[in-house]
Amino acid sequence: MVILDARNVKRSFGGVKALKGVDVTVQEGTITALIGPNGSGKTTLFNILSGILPMEEGEIIFMNQDIGKWPAHKRALLGMARTFQNLQIFQEMSVLENVMIGGFRHTSSGFMAGGLSLPKVRGEMKALEGKAIELLGELGLTSYAHVQAGELPFGLQRKVEIARALALEPKLLLLDEPAAGLTTKETSDLARFIHGLKERGITVFLVEHDMDLVMGISEWIIVLNFGQKIYEGTPLAVKRERTVIKAYLGERRAKG
Amino acid sequence: MKKDYLLLLVVALAAFALPMILPGDYYVEVFLFMGINILVALGLSLLMGYAGQISLGHAGFYGMGAYISGALSAHLGWPVPLAALMALVATALVAGLIGWPTLRLKGHYLAMATLGLGIILYILFVQLRSITGGASGLAGIQPVHIGGFYLDTPRRYCYLVWALVILSFLFSINLVRSRTGLALRALHYSEVAASTLGIDVAKYKLQVFVFSCVLAALGGILYAHYITFISPETFGFMYSIKLVVMIVLGGMYSLWGALLGGAFLSLLPEFLHRLEDFEVMVNGLILLMILIFLPGGLVGLLQKIGEKIRGHS
Amino acid sequence: MAQLVQYIFAGLTMGVIYALTGVGFNLIYNATGVINFAQGEFVMLGAMFLYTFQEVLHWPPFISLPLVFLMGGLVGVVFEYGVVKPLIRLGVITVIIGTIGASVVLKGGAMLVWGKNALAVEPLISEKPVAFLGASLNTQVLVVLMVTAIAVAIFWYFFGFTILGKAIQACSVNPLAARLAGVPVERMITLSFCFSGALSALAGGLIAPITLAEYDMGTMLALKGFCAAIIGGLGNNPGAMVGGLLLGVMEGLSAGYLSSGYKDALAFLVLILVLFWRPEGLITRGKGERV
Repeated sequence: MVILDARNVKRSFGGVKALKGVDVTVQEGTITALIGPNGSGKTTLFNILSGILPMEEGEIIFMNQDIGKWPAHKRALLGMARTFQNLQIFQEMSVLENVMIGGFRHTSSGFMAGGLSLPKVRGEMKALEGKAIELLGELGLTSYAHVQAGELPFGLQRKVEIARALALEPKLLLLDEPAAGLTTKETSDLARFIHGLKERGITVFLVEHDMDLVMGISEWIIVLNFGQKIYEGTPLAVKRERTVIKAYLGERRAKG
Repeated sequence: MKKDYLLLLVVALAAFALPMILPGDYYVEVFLFMGINILVALGLSLLMGYAGQISLGHAGFYGMGAYISGALSAHLGWPVPLAALMALVATALVAGLIGWPTLRLKGHYLAMATLGLGIILYILFVQLRSITGGASGLAGIQPVHIGGFYLDTPRRYCYLVWALVILSFLFSINLVRSRTGLALRALHYSEVAASTLGIDVAKYKLQVFVFSCVLAALGGILYAHYITFISPETFGFMYSIKLVVMIVLGGMYSLWGALLGGAFLSLLPEFLHRLEDFEVMVNGLILLMILIFLPGGLVGLLQKIGEKIRGHS
Repeated sequence: MAQLVQYIFAGLTMGVIYALTGVGFNLIYNATGVINFAQGEFVMLGAMFLYTFQEVLHWPPFISLPLVFLMGGLVGVVFEYGVVKPLIRLGVITVIIGTIGASVVLKGGAMLVWGKNALAVEPLISEKPVAFLGASLNTQVLVVLMVTAIAVAIFWYFFGFTILGKAIQACSVNPLAARLAGVPVERMITLSFCFSGALSALAGGLIAPITLAEYDMGTMLALKGFCAAIIGGLGNNPGAMVGGLLLGVMEGLSAGYLSSGYKDALAFLVLILVLFWRPEGLITRGKGERV
């Protein structure tokens, strides 16, 4: 079953066309990767899918709802979570609080209830905390629970961000370059972890430059170049496809 | 976090004891006005410290509370609680109307919009003579009473004011610890990340802004029904600035900053009687100096001193 | 008809002042992302400088006015080094509060130096009113319009056709790219502050003979200049020019035909309405927004 279906997504910045009508489909329960050279429009597409950047044309269907014009927070409430390439953790809050906020969509108390500290509010906060502690344990962050998130080393901040996204209990998780800046050991842990998410029933859609990671875990790969989809298929097919090699490896060679 | 409740208890005890200890009505009255300033500053502190927005029109909302409640009680003889309620609702509505378009946008449009609103409200206080009494002021505002018991001495009224200050602090501390508070702190650090977690950024900012304005109006109501005579200059632009100075001086990122800053700035004129023409400039200089040399304000300074002491022992 | 022309010209005169102030906002906004709440005080200082040069020192207008312009530029630079630079690393909100503090200091300082009373300034040229379409126009009005036209022409040339002007624009569009292309970004930012101060002071000097010079005139002018900038789309200089003129004329007409007591409420109303319906400004050039 299709969980995410984006059609003909267009977006330009000034005169530069960043996305020239891209179609992307993600099957429920799979791990799908989006790859392409720098500047091919991957992050722009992620920003549009998660609603923090408006698109100029196109259509996005998520869980059978047309969410193309929805603000970011409504998409999250429906079950879409994401992480950021350049990390957007709440630096001056504790690790625990960061992850607690992830569970925001499972709570509902309002402003007045909060100010009056009604029993419902306290119950919700307890539940959020319990859930967050559980996730911290799973990601090996328990000992950092009360540390300010901004003080952690980069690799751990990345984990905090993933824990936060998981606290949302997403149906679809968008990971924007989750391996960037990680060591080889950390990357292989990450691969195992992402695989584990699939068993939990979370659909994963990721942007990644680390080809070993992408080829190792993805079931389906979509290739962008210059704002257009140039190919999509299984990892094996992508590896063999000439246009991909040309676009992708050509750039790699140029980079040295 | 438990610490906040403990501190509030200490403040409550002090507020209970002080009116009895202070040597005369004059000092009790200073303490009373300090309470009003702190109440208004508390709302602004939530807005600046948690929603990351500035209001330069809080004097206007303070004035709305005072004038609406005052005029309803003076002209129409409404009972004080009803007049006060009406003033709070009206202020909340106006705040909502200003906040709704400006808080949806990224950036600091609210500051300019509230600056404008503050000016407009001031013009209205002066121009709507039949309601506000114009530049010469509005007299005949009813004092507060519970049945036959009149809260017309500084000491009695002081308890009313400080009871409301303590309750407002309790509400605010609860709020910061709640789901709403979590959302507010999150959006303060990254609006983008907050929105991708399901937080309706504009809605939360608007709620805080409206609450903040309601607290300002409450302060104005308390002021009007104590003084029983109000005139426009109390509600001018300079008071809005003074409130911002209180928050920055006390410390922007803690509710207690409103308490410290409010207390300090309420006492300052008592020590500097001859300030007069220099007062405007002194306010601005305090603001700049604190921003440059002590960005955490007094609360930040106390925290640093506390850490030092703990570090040495 | 004569009356209408009168109102329109009165509006245009104030309009160019708002326009210049709006451009002042834009220059600093484009360079730093900060809305400068002391912008109105720059205008006020311009008026006070002109008063000092002309009424106290009795210098002729062709020396006073350029000097006001230069002094304004100096104020802008001092403002950058004294307020904005020390605070910018603490975040935009801190800088904005800093500009509020600076505006209060300038206002309070001006009150101490020049007093609380409104000061009268002689017109730059004292000729008889000129008849135009049945209306009689004060020559000061024509001076304001002419000087502004010259200033705008110079600016248009500067930004459109000189390397320095283009470098400043490049910095506001993409500071990183500009830096990589070898543009000294820091110096361009300082220049922006300098121009912003100079233009606003010029506006103050021009308006002083019409509205008098007063220490607290800045707040209102800041609000209206900001309104002009918002109508044109914050950051868009030609937009701010049009926005200022539009606001001025609307104000002139409403003061003439409706009520002058509430004239000042109009800018606020326009501001809210524009933010409500078209926060990107009424005059946009149809290019992609900045992200």
